[in-house]
Amino acid sequence: MKVAGKERIWADYQKEIPDDHYFYVRSCIRQTFFPGSEQFFLGFMRNIMGRDVYEDPEHTTCTGIGYHGDVVPFDTIMTVVARHFAQATAKGYRNIAISCVTSFGIYSEILETWKHFPETLAKTRENLYRATGREFEVPDYIAHSSDIIYKFRGEVAARMKYPLTDQYTGKPLRVVEHIGCHYSKMFPKYGYGGAEFPHVLVGMIESWGGEVIDYPERRHCCGFGFRQYLVQANRGYSVANTKKKFESMQPYKPDLVVANCPGCTMFMDRWQYTIKEMEGTLYGDNGMHGIPVLTYEELAGLVLGQDPWELGLQYHNVQTDRLLGRMGVPFDPGMKFLSAEGEKLRAPEGIIF
Amino acid sequence: MSRHVVVIGGGVAGMECAGRLGMMGHRVTLIEKDAKTGGHAALWYQLFPDRRPAREVIDYLNESGTAGDVTVFTGTVVKSVTRGGNCLAVETNGPGSLNADAVIIATGFDLFDAGKKEEYGHGIYENVITSAELEEMFHNGKVLTVSGKSPERVGIIHCVGSRDEKVGNFHCSKVCCVTAVKQAIEIRELMPDTQVFCFYMDMRMFGPYYEELYRESQEKWNVSYVRGRVSEASETIGGRLVIKVEDTLAGRPLRMELDMLVLMTGMEPSAAGSQLARNSGLIAGANGFLAGNDHHYGTNESPLKGVFYAGSCVAPMNITDSLSHARAAVLGVSEYLSKLSQ
Repeated sequence: MKVAGKERIWADYQKEIPDDHYFYVRSCIRQTFFPGSEQFFLGFMRNIMGRDVYEDPEHTTCTGIGYHGDVVPFDTIMTVVARHFAQATAKGYRNIAISCVTSFGIYSEILETWKHFPETLAKTRENLYRATGREFEVPDYIAHSSDIIYKFRGEVAARMKYPLTDQYTGKPLRVVEHIGCHYSKMFPKYGYGGAEFPHVLVGMIESWGGEVIDYPERRHCCGFGFRQYLVQANRGYSVANTKKKFESMQPYKPDLVVANCPGCTMFMDRWQYTIKEMEGTLYGDNGMHGIPVLTYEELAGLVLGQDPWELGLQYHNVQTDRLLGRMGVPFDPGMKFLSAEGEKLRAPEGIIF
Repeated sequence: MSRHVVVIGGGVAGMECAGRLGMMGHRVTLIEKDAKTGGHAALWYQLFPDRRPAREVIDYLNESGTAGDVTVFTGTVVKSVTRGGNCLAVETNGPGSLNADAVIIATGFDLFDAGKKEEYGHGIYENVITSAELEEMFHNGKVLTVSGKSPERVGIIHCVGSRDEKVGNFHCSKVCCVTAVKQAIEIRELMPDTQVFCFYMDMRMFGPYYEELYRESQEKWNVSYVRGRVSEASETIGGRLVIKVEDTLAGRPLRMELDMLVLMTGMEPSAAGSQLARNSGLIAGANGFLAGNDHHYGTNESPLKGVFYAGSCVAPMNITDSLSHARAAVLGVSEYLSKLSQ
């Protein structure tokens, strides 16, 4: 494999990311599934990088799950997103930072639609005004929050306490990167590195000392695919997609997977439990363990030395204890399931080590 | 009466024009941007449909091209052609400005940059090559993977950069289908144990004996044809290639491991020719190739009086059609110069 060929593509897909003043829009599901990720992002940006990131308490879902589940029409979702822009406008923000890849894809699709069909933008303005009395400016920039961590990956590396190195062998950890389909497959120009060989996560992994695995099913969907999962009859298809990916990556012996999409992180983590229950198969460490699946914020937090349980790693189906050991991150397993007040919480069932 | 004609482009069409005009007694200046004349054909090993060595055609053109008063400038780029009275000024980066009575533009085509079809991984996966790179291997008498092994399985993807809205090329490059058939046979002939699979949208066998060659490839050489467009290529841990394709005749998705993948890169308007056209006020069609005065009976004629087109600068063509088009351009120049003398 020739890295120079990839670098040529990466050079073609660069985008401008503003340096400061972001209007942050959270994800619906990430707050539940990976509760430490968005918290890390805000803390990193505000406290470590000293940047202004604003959250509006009246911000709502973008309705993306309903849109891709065929229950929310395009006119409706455009009006909901226009309301987000109106909130940003009212607070004086021109840059939108988006936590969710589904939302990022929707914002991209809507902005492209408005660019090519100004009459649709005018109609959306009218719809929003009639429904809420609000008005909005089209933002100058939209960025996925993985774009922003990518932008600051060097700053993370400069503060790194636990690089992506196997403490036992001294070799780089082998990392599978997985990009959400809606990050750049619809509009390659909106993603760092485009759609075929995205650089957004590769850049982070390599800056932090890891080795990226390029395996045959790298581009394949994680299996979420909205209707593949939302329609119960299709869930077998969803699991089959995830299984296909893990079987393809297994010969490369990855130490972990990092993803930038809530659905991908969720399903590549949780379906490992399902596949184990259905077939008795695990894909990590010669079939003896699971492969941890992390968000890019969790990975950044780990290399910066943040407490793994503060990052919420215990809420993954595949536990990270072995990974933490390899990275040399100190941790206390007894502290995993304690509340903020120190009370013991019920440990989830079916976790995989 | 002898006149001075400048021919821009030293490929098949340009060389034919230069030779024919020289034989007619005109003074000819042939200008080629590359170091050698011969164009793309000079890089090819054998030609379809009869598998004759490409060298034979180049030898014919070299021989006929030197019969008259023909001066050749290689490594020279023409910047513009402008008209002043009955004279045309040809601005170059080499011999400076040349005055001509007539000009033939024969700037040909560029091969599509296969790297733009990122999903196939040309320039990234080492055993993904283009049809032109395969011709180079045929010249060397060996088709080997980067590890030096004979490939057990070779895939050939048709229409790379042709009939593809995604890369902005709606046109058919015409010759890639039959090139794929020819190259598949050459692979099988060179390595009888190698399996060859062609992935196509339509098989466009437009020329004489093309259909026969296609039939021969199946009956005699057991080349397999799969109707379907390859969606992506990737690499296995052992360095083999994996492709995904939908077999649209069987109605099934297909996943296949290969040792080598050959991309049938299509034709695009020559970048140098397009720049020259822009600088000279000439018109390109919607497909980017130069547009003649009439699509049916005026493809050799440009809107600039005294300037003519020859060969694949106006549309993708095979060598036979390029030579015929070149001769038609020569006829147009001859008629124009006769009128000029009256």
